[in-house]
Amino acid sequence: MNGTMRARPWKRRLENLGFGLAVLALVSPAALVFLWMLSLSLKNEVDNTAFPPVFIPSPPTLDNFRAVFERNDFLLQAWNSIVVSFGATGIALLVGIPAGYGIAKMRATKAAVLILIARITPGLSYLIPLFLLFQWIGLTGTIWPILITHLVLTVPIAVWVMIGFFEGLPGELEEAALVDGATIWQAFRHVALPLARPGITVATILAFIFSWNNFIFAMVLAGRETRTLPVAVNNMLTFEQISWGPLSAAALLVTAPVLVLTLVAQKQIVAGLTQGGVKGG
Amino acid sequence: MSGGTTIPDGKAAALTGAAADRVRRKRAYARHYWPFVVPAAVVVVAVIVFPWIFTLWMSLNEWKLGSGRSFVGLANYERLWGDERFHGAIWRTLYFTALAVVIPVVLGVAAALAFHRRFPLRGLARTIFILPMMATPVAVALVWTMMFHPQLGVLNWILSQFGIPPSLWVYDASTVIPTLVMVEVWHWTPLVMLLVLGGLASLPVDPYEAAKIDGATGWQAFRYITLPLLAPFLMVAIIIRTIDALKAFDTIYVITQGGPGTASETINIFLYLNAFAYYNMGYASAVVVVFFILIIGLALLLLWSRERFKDAA
Repeated sequence: MNGTMRARPWKRRLENLGFGLAVLALVSPAALVFLWMLSLSLKNEVDNTAFPPVFIPSPPTLDNFRAVFERNDFLLQAWNSIVVSFGATGIALLVGIPAGYGIAKMRATKAAVLILIARITPGLSYLIPLFLLFQWIGLTGTIWPILITHLVLTVPIAVWVMIGFFEGLPGELEEAALVDGATIWQAFRHVALPLARPGITVATILAFIFSWNNFIFAMVLAGRETRTLPVAVNNMLTFEQISWGPLSAAALLVTAPVLVLTLVAQKQIVAGLTQGGVKGG
Repeated sequence: MSGGTTIPDGKAAALTGAAADRVRRKRAYARHYWPFVVPAAVVVVAVIVFPWIFTLWMSLNEWKLGSGRSFVGLANYERLWGDERFHGAIWRTLYFTALAVVIPVVLGVAAALAFHRRFPLRGLARTIFILPMMATPVAVALVWTMMFHPQLGVLNWILSQFGIPPSLWVYDASTVIPTLVMVEVWHWTPLVMLLVLGGLASLPVDPYEAAKIDGATGWQAFRYITLPLLAPFLMVAIIIRTIDALKAFDTIYVITQGGPGTASETINIFLYLNAFAYYNMGYASAVVVVFFILIIGLALLLLWSRERFKDAA
C-alpha cells in the first residue's frame, strides 16, 4: 500500500512538477531581490525610473559604480569598515578562543549563560552607556568607539562557537601531553589549537559578517571621517537624494563581500549558525 | 571529595576505578583553566556587564545630554507607565513580532521539508535560499525602499500584472507593519529553515517505515511523526525568532524611521529616538530596562510552555 512507489508514471511526474514549482516559489524571492539590485545598478537613470520597469539592462553600464567610486569618501568608508571588522574579529578570536577552551574545560555553564543573555540583549541598550563613556574619555570622533562596541557582537559569538567546538573534541590527546609533562598552556597551544582550526574558521567568518553588517553602532558613534559602509549607504538615501542607480551600486558593493563569503564558506556558516542559532545585532 | 559522587546523570555507578581516577584528575585540573577566560572576561565586563549596570543606574536619573544629571528615583518608570506613545510602541512591537514569528516558522518548516528531499540542483537552491540571511540589512533595505515606491516601484508593477490595485506599502499607516514584516520574513526564514533542517536530519527512520507498512498518508506521517519529533527544534526556532523580531531595528529604521507618523515606531525605534534624537538618556535607559524585561519574560514564557508541552505529551 505504498502511495508514491506504486503511483502511475504520469502521476509521479505531476508530483515532481508540483514539487519543482514549490521549490521555485521558495527560492525566487531571495534570487529576485538580489537580481533586481544588480539590474538597478547596471542601468541608467532613465531606465531605472521607467514604468513599466526595464528588467534587463541594455546596454549595461558601469557608470553607477564609477559614480560611487568618484565620491572621494567611499574608499575611506570602505577602509573604515575593513579596519573595524578585521579589528573586532581579531580581538574576538584572541580573547574568545582561550575563553572557549577554558569554559569547555571547566564546564562553566554559568559563563555560557552570560554569553546567551548578551546575545538576547538589544544592541541599542549597550549604546547609551558606552556613548556616554566614550564622550567622557574623549574618544568620540575616532574609530575606536566603533571598533570597541563591535566587540559586543564578535566576542560572544566567538566564545560561543569555540565552547561548542572544544566540548566536541576528545580530551585524550591533551591528557597524554599533560601526563608527559606539558603545561596546560602548552597542551592548549600545541595540541588543542591545531585541532580546533575548523571551529576557528567558523568563529572568524561569523564574527566578521556580524561586524561588517552592523549598522546601529557606527550610526550613533561615527563622525564624518569614521563612517562605515552601512552608515554611508544609509546616509546616501536619507540626506543626499541620490539617484537609484548609484544607490543600488553602493548597496551591492557593501553587501558583495558578505555574499561572496557566504557562497564560499556556506558549510561553515551553516554549521556555526545551527549550533548556536545566533545572529548579530 | 570522593571521585564519583558529584558526576551527574547517574554515570557514577558505571565508573570503574581507573575511569573514576581519570575523572578525579580532570576535576582537579579544571580549576587551573581560569586564566584562559580572564581576557574575555575583562572585555565582557567592560563592554557588556558595565553597560547593563550603568543603564540600570541611569534609569533612576533625569539626564538630558548637555544639561546636568539629577537623581529622580523611579520617576522615569512612572512617566513610561503613562506615556501613550510608549504604549503604542509596545503594541506595535507585539503585532510585528507575532507576524514575524509565525510566518517565518511556517515557511521555514515548509522550506526545510523541501530541502530535506533530494532533487537536482539542491545545493545551489539552498545556497540562494540562505543568502538573504547573510546579506547586509541596510543594503537590502535600500533595495526594498526602491521597490516600495508607490509610482515607480517594481512591486506595484507586479501587482498590476495580476490585476491587483497598487498598494502604498510603507507609505500608509495601515500597511506599513505588514510590509516591514514581509522584509523580515524575507530576511530570516532561512535561519528557521536551517534550524529545522538540522532537526529533520536527526530524525530516526524506523517510525516512518512502520507508518508506511500501516498505510499512513504523507500528511499523517508529517502530522503524527515528524511534527512531534521536531517540536524541540521548532521551539528553539520560535524562541530565536521571537527574540530577534522584538529586537528588529535596522530595516525598520532605514525604510521608515518609525513612520508614517509613528505607525511603525516599535520599542527599539522609540528607544533610539529618545536616546539619540532627543538625548533623554535617563528616560531612554528606563526604556532599555523595561524592554529587556519584556524580552527575557517572553523568552522564559516560551521555555516554560515548552516544559508544559513536554509534560503533557
